[in-house]
Amino acid sequence: MFALYVGLAVAILLIVLNIVLSKLSFVPKEARILSIIVVLVGYIYWGFEPFAHHEMHPHVEDASYAFDGKQDIEALEHAGKDATEAKAFWATIAKIAEHKGNAVAGKELVAANCTACHSMTSEGFPQLMSDADAAASYGVTPPDLSIAGRVYDRNYLIAFISNPVKAMHIEHKYPVGGDKVFPMPSSDFMQPQEIADMVAYLSDAASKVSAPKVKEGATEFEISKAVNKEVFETACVRCHAMNYAGIQAKTTAEAMSKYIGATPPDLSQYIRSRGDDYLHNFINDPQRKLAGTGMPRVGLNEKAESQVVEYMTQIGDSKKDEREALGPKVLIYLTILAIFALLWKQKIWRDLH
Amino acid sequence: MAEFEKANSIGEWFDQRLNVKAFTKVMMTEYWIPKEINFLWAMGALLVMLFKLLIITGIFLLMYYKPDVNMAFDSVNYTIMQEVGYGWLFRNIHGVGASVVFLIIYIHMFTAIYYGSYKKGREMIWLSGMLLFVLFSAEGFSGYMLPWGQMSYWAAYVITEIFGGIPFIGGDLVIWIRGNFYVADATLTRFFMLHVLLIPVVLIGAIAFHFYTLRFPHVNNEEGEFFDYKKESEKYLAGDKANSKVIAFWPDFLSKDFMVIAIFMVFFFYLVFYNNGFAMDPVNFDKADGMKTPAHIYPEWYFLWSYEVLRGFFFEIGGVSGKDLGLMAFGFAQGIFLVLPWLDRSPMVKPANQRPVFKYWFWLLMADLFVLTIFGKLPPTGINAYVGFFASTTFLGLFISLPFLTTIESKIVGGK
Repeated sequence: MFALYVGLAVAILLIVLNIVLSKLSFVPKEARILSIIVVLVGYIYWGFEPFAHHEMHPHVEDASYAFDGKQDIEALEHAGKDATEAKAFWATIAKIAEHKGNAVAGKELVAANCTACHSMTSEGFPQLMSDADAAASYGVTPPDLSIAGRVYDRNYLIAFISNPVKAMHIEHKYPVGGDKVFPMPSSDFMQPQEIADMVAYLSDAASKVSAPKVKEGATEFEISKAVNKEVFETACVRCHAMNYAGIQAKTTAEAMSKYIGATPPDLSQYIRSRGDDYLHNFINDPQRKLAGTGMPRVGLNEKAESQVVEYMTQIGDSKKDEREALGPKVLIYLTILAIFALLWKQKIWRDLH
Repeated sequence: MAEFEKANSIGEWFDQRLNVKAFTKVMMTEYWIPKEINFLWAMGALLVMLFKLLIITGIFLLMYYKPDVNMAFDSVNYTIMQEVGYGWLFRNIHGVGASVVFLIIYIHMFTAIYYGSYKKGREMIWLSGMLLFVLFSAEGFSGYMLPWGQMSYWAAYVITEIFGGIPFIGGDLVIWIRGNFYVADATLTRFFMLHVLLIPVVLIGAIAFHFYTLRFPHVNNEEGEFFDYKKESEKYLAGDKANSKVIAFWPDFLSKDFMVIAIFMVFFFYLVFYNNGFAMDPVNFDKADGMKTPAHIYPEWYFLWSYEVLRGFFFEIGGVSGKDLGLMAFGFAQGIFLVLPWLDRSPMVKPANQRPVFKYWFWLLMADLFVLTIFGKLPPTGINAYVGFFASTTFLGLFISLPFLTTIESKIVGGK
């Protein structure tokens, strides 16, 4: 409502301004008329665009990449719910995060604890089942861990290994004692040092993965698209398709609806339908934008997330660069045309006055 | 057959066969326009320009668009927007053009209301103009369905549903319009036909008719002055252009039109390249899904005021349901502008601000339309619903009171 009052105040101010303007005889009449039209059109635009969006899509707090549970706790407290458990969980995560991990020890732990389900092709742990079989066995196709240490935040990975459901912020889909059990078990029984070691190994392994191959003579756009695609595939493609890039979701729609209770949408046009700002906030923590959604918080760090959104732009709005390059040229051409049109009009009308 | 002498030039050759010289005089160089005009008089030419842009871009879009529920969305958002060279440009011009054409129609229309250009012999100009407004609305609505996004689908659903409120035949009429029990492939293909064939053809005819209606009563001027066109044009032809009250359509009037068009095009292409979200709603980039209603359904901005009149009545009054009342008010709002020349009982043809009573009516109507437009997009809950009801009743009240108010004005000014 506050925005509406501001809008009304501005409207009154503009009307007064126009009345004053109309009393000033040195202001040309056409300029006064133009000012009225500009004010009216600008005002109606404000009403049905920024103001309407502001009313229909309330602002949420900006994305936070700390993954320290602060926003979860605030949200619980804001809703008047008990946040004791969340506070205890994130305090434990903070403690674990203080440990310096050992990648060599971590490798053994990952091999023993993770690779039965997860592949890590860059480190020689192959995928043991086809995507469809894996989806049928686990409920969802488990992600390959090759670049996990690069795209996911360190704090988030620690939280995730300790308790996936809490880290993903999907307790409403997998309540404690409910009949659905999340496919990956919690590892909060492990020693803090062990968890830190595994995360250190993931990060170390990811740093050894070389940049994706592109064909010779690839343009800058193609290279960046390939780099972003790798992140997108790790972060999103287990559930989502990107039809306009020929990418199918790794988990079938049928398995997905069992797993999460909904069929994840194709993301081809999400950059247009949701926009940059929404996507950043949504990916960072889906619950804040769309409470109750089945989409988990995936824990992408700031860089990986911007790569994902950039990829969505490169696929969904692939002519953006072309558009932005052509725009100024067209506007300059039209400005010159307008100047000539103005001069021609003045020439013709000189005789008429 | 008449005797034809050998022509000495190409111009003469055509003149012999088509009487080009006389035709040019009648249509261009001796078609008289009043001199006392401002840039608002260029809106007609600007609309012609925008209509041309829409037709040209529409033809290009038509080459790749597929009117089939399974292919429409991707043919627009993938084939046209990403595969076809400059397809995105054609689509952006077409989408923004469709929205901006309504902005200019409204400016054109309210200029006519402000200056009283709908009465004392100019009734046919007004009527043909309103016919064009109806046709453009139908063209806009049918075109909005074609990308087959969520808003396309649900707008089609809501708007076709409106016809269900017509007594006795409503239910059957809705099925007849949709070609199915719900909005389906048959609906898309028939609205495609309407959008690219029937309505444009009628539109072109109606535009020609609108020009024709201007011919005898002449274009109004800034002061609403009536003068002897014959006398003034003789002055002009005798070379006394400065003292004549008229100017020639070509080159005088059109040179100003071109200037306004050229300046406006800078703004228009700025929108095409950098700010087109208002014309191409983000929600419409989600593919149509009959199972999933969007959180908010609203029409394009130019229909918001009448949409708000439709839903402004949300409770029963005297045994008539809110839905039926809204429908009646909506019907009233669609038709009432048409009879404006007969609602205005005052003989004054002057700018609204010089008319003692009408000026209040005009600016109140503008304010009310603004409220209706802005609240037409917001969810109709809480206070919004009451604002909508109040603004809708104000709209009806304004038009019902107009004959009485202008009769009073007529007495004040003594029938002049």
